[in-house]
Amino acid sequence: MDSRSPDSLSPGPDAAAATPAPATVDLAPLRRAARPRWPELAVWLLPVAAWFLLPEDLALLTQIAIMAIFALSLDLVLGYAGIVTLGHAAFFGVGAYAAGLLAAKLGIGDPLLGLLFAAAVAALAGLVTAPTVLRGTGLTRLMVTIGIGMMLFEAANKATDLTGGVDGLQGIEMTPILGLWSFDLWGKTAYVYAVVVLLVLFLIARRIVHSPFGLSLRALHMNPARMPALGVSVDARLAAAWVLGATYAGIAGALLTQTTQFVSIDVLGFERSAEILLILVLGGAGRLYGALIGTIVFVTLHHVLAGIDPEYWQMWIGLVLIGIVLFARNGIMGAIDPFERLLARKKTEP
Amino acid sequence: MTVVFDGIASGMLLFLIAVGLSVTLGLMNFVNLAHGVFAMLGGYVCVVATGRYGVPFLLAVPLAALAAAAAGAVLERTLFRRLYGATQLDQVLFTIGVVFVAMAAARWGFGPQQQPIRLPSWLQGQVTIAGVDIGLYRAFLVVLGLLVAFGLHRTIGVTRFGARLRAAVDKPAVARGMGIDVDRVFVITFAIGSGLAGLGGAVGVELLGLDPSFPLRYLVYFLIVVAVGGSGSIGGSLLAAVLIGVCDVAGKYWVPQVGAFIIYTVMVVMLIVRPQGLFGTR
Amino acid sequence: MTAPALHTRNLVKTFGGFTATDDVSLTLAPGARHALIGPNGAGKTTLVNLLTGVLAPTAGAVFLAGEDVTGLGQHRRVRRGLARTFQINRLFADLTVLESVALAVGERRGVGWRVWSPVGAQGEVLDEAARLIETLRLADVAHRRTRDLAYGRQRLIEIALALAVRPRVLLLDEPAAGVPTRESRALFETLAELPRDMTILLIEHDMDLVFRFAERISVLVSGAVLLEDTPDVVATHPLVREVYLGEATHHA
Repeated sequence: MDSRSPDSLSPGPDAAAATPAPATVDLAPLRRAARPRWPELAVWLLPVAAWFLLPEDLALLTQIAIMAIFALSLDLVLGYAGIVTLGHAAFFGVGAYAAGLLAAKLGIGDPLLGLLFAAAVAALAGLVTAPTVLRGTGLTRLMVTIGIGMMLFEAANKATDLTGGVDGLQGIEMTPILGLWSFDLWGKTAYVYAVVVLLVLFLIARRIVHSPFGLSLRALHMNPARMPALGVSVDARLAAAWVLGATYAGIAGALLTQTTQFVSIDVLGFERSAEILLILVLGGAGRLYGALIGTIVFVTLHHVLAGIDPEYWQMWIGLVLIGIVLFARNGIMGAIDPFERLLARKKTEP
Repeated sequence: MTVVFDGIASGMLLFLIAVGLSVTLGLMNFVNLAHGVFAMLGGYVCVVATGRYGVPFLLAVPLAALAAAAAGAVLERTLFRRLYGATQLDQVLFTIGVVFVAMAAARWGFGPQQQPIRLPSWLQGQVTIAGVDIGLYRAFLVVLGLLVAFGLHRTIGVTRFGARLRAAVDKPAVARGMGIDVDRVFVITFAIGSGLAGLGGAVGVELLGLDPSFPLRYLVYFLIVVAVGGSGSIGGSLLAAVLIGVCDVAGKYWVPQVGAFIIYTVMVVMLIVRPQGLFGTR
Repeated sequence: MTAPALHTRNLVKTFGGFTATDDVSLTLAPGARHALIGPNGAGKTTLVNLLTGVLAPTAGAVFLAGEDVTGLGQHRRVRRGLARTFQINRLFADLTVLESVALAVGERRGVGWRVWSPVGAQGEVLDEAARLIETLRLADVAHRRTRDLAYGRQRLIEIALALAVRPRVLLLDEPAAGVPTRESRALFETLAELPRDMTILLIEHDMDLVFRFAERISVLVSGAVLLEDTPDVVATHPLVREVYLGEATHHA
């Protein structure tokens, strides 16, 4: 009798005896786990709806798509792998400058080629920084991320010949995407381009987080000390997540360059690193849709509130951060958690 | 040589502001990215007191320190203490939130522009000693920094308060059992750290400037002092701050095309080579 | 003669001036049921950390099936067949039992770097994980999150994770610690059913479990092995009585 534990769903030991524990494990729920669900489709209808409903705001919507990719990249690093970073803008900036320099200095204006190039450069930057960042833990690691971010900012700031310094990088000319669609004045091409890239990157990320590799990231976030006892080299996994996040961030930065045809030094700023962190925790870290929802809410709020009074905007950010930590640790997506679990439970029970 | 002396002076400023962080962050393990807010507060108090109310500079400076200490104590009591056991991410988010609110408040109250400060005439000008031009104000900063360092060394190193703080940080449960009022020790520590930041902020207006972006602009410098100096080490903080001040000023003077890049590189290299800091024991 | 499954040669670990492990030479034959006992502070945890590679010894060497693994890190020793459970649960709180075990099995089978196919598509991994869960009588909670389970069941997950590695040598660090008596039977049964070719080192406070389970016992005192013999000899040995049994009766 005592091998049955109180966590059994049955009301008591006697009832437990009447309904013996299932002797076999039903694998179906786990096999189903990675399948798309209908609310997901609804989310992806939003950008389509926005195209028709908000044709005047395509530039803003493009920004949202780009920021969503950036948030997604931080989600992989922080939400899944659990690396706290305050220097993530470094990779966004590297990607932005890589795409910008390729077009402005080398005259290669093909957007897709630019994205690939930026992704490669950002991945390399991730690879180079990974040992440095992962070597320390806790506070040391956090400060290394800040330091790397600042180093890159100062480097871009001083290398005016290359980057234009505080004046920004200009003279970026983009050729039509695949030779078919040129960037128009109304930002239609830019919007579709950004949303398609977001969708593709999201689907890739979705596959990755549902893979054994993704599972290992979640696990080592929960308990890094256990992983070596399962024969896993924690550093290698973290480094992989770091490089992946860097690559995504680089693509986001490149998209910003290509759609605005300008690179401001702000792409590397500390504020950008802090802002994307806020966006992610607002939406809910450790969930891919948290990154999307956080971005939509944040950029919309920014647009509305900063439109009213830009000076109060910063205060709102601050208050939201404080509020999240004190009251809503799991962000917006955290609010739907209990319902999700209830649903999942119903499905697994006969 | 003048460059070196200027570097030492700005290092002393850094020390004043950052030494409190070295204790709260280094010893109490509380990632307080809002530390610069207290320095900024001290700066504004000093500017308003001297500029608007004609309070003498030498009186305004301690006033600024007191205001910052009080603000630190209140914030510790009401908010920060909830976060001592929280994850690092929570502490980061929360204190960045505080920074943003403070920056918005400063802009609302004083506008985005740099604040001017008028120094008393006896602190202006410079003297030449053995061929080295020494700004009187910078000499004042060096003396002040050394005094504070000495005072802190006496307080933390020699008195019972220092022992209590260490006990409270290392083994809070044991410390409580020994009759140490851990909460009080923490709030006093926090107040002292914030007060010193306020002091540094007040005397730093002349060199560092003062505008609402102050807490973010110098945040990294404060963190570097802690990183390089080692956790909770007063001597380490002092030496690290001076080293950074000299590197920064000298770097900007001799190789302006590289600028602050040097400082960040020093920090990252330092963190890789000696994560426990120059003088840290952990 | 085949090499011992696990042996150490003159293992020493000092922290500053304190000697936590003092010249320990242990030998575990393949299939051994060996227990390590000793009073609190005898250095059991340090020894486990030296064996698993969490700590590097000051002197001496650790051998796994005859191979010197002293210089190898934790995860490399695991890959060579050395698994352990933890004295205090180290589990994945938000993963379900099935996810946790599938993770461990998957890592052993080398699918941990797969990024493109979902966990749910790893047929062999899932099947093996399911069998393991069934063996440990956890099937009824396979889809529950670890954090929602009672402590006794969590202890079983701890063992499941170690077994998923398919170890040749298994270190059980106080497997019964914290488990209420009412839940401990399942645990004891599980331990008794472990395959005979698996070499087991049990570090335990619970004398009941030790004398039921072990065929040889090493007594650790002040970091050094005081005595190694069969349970009968150890139980009646005057030296053991002197330094240890006072505590043992206290715990029994």
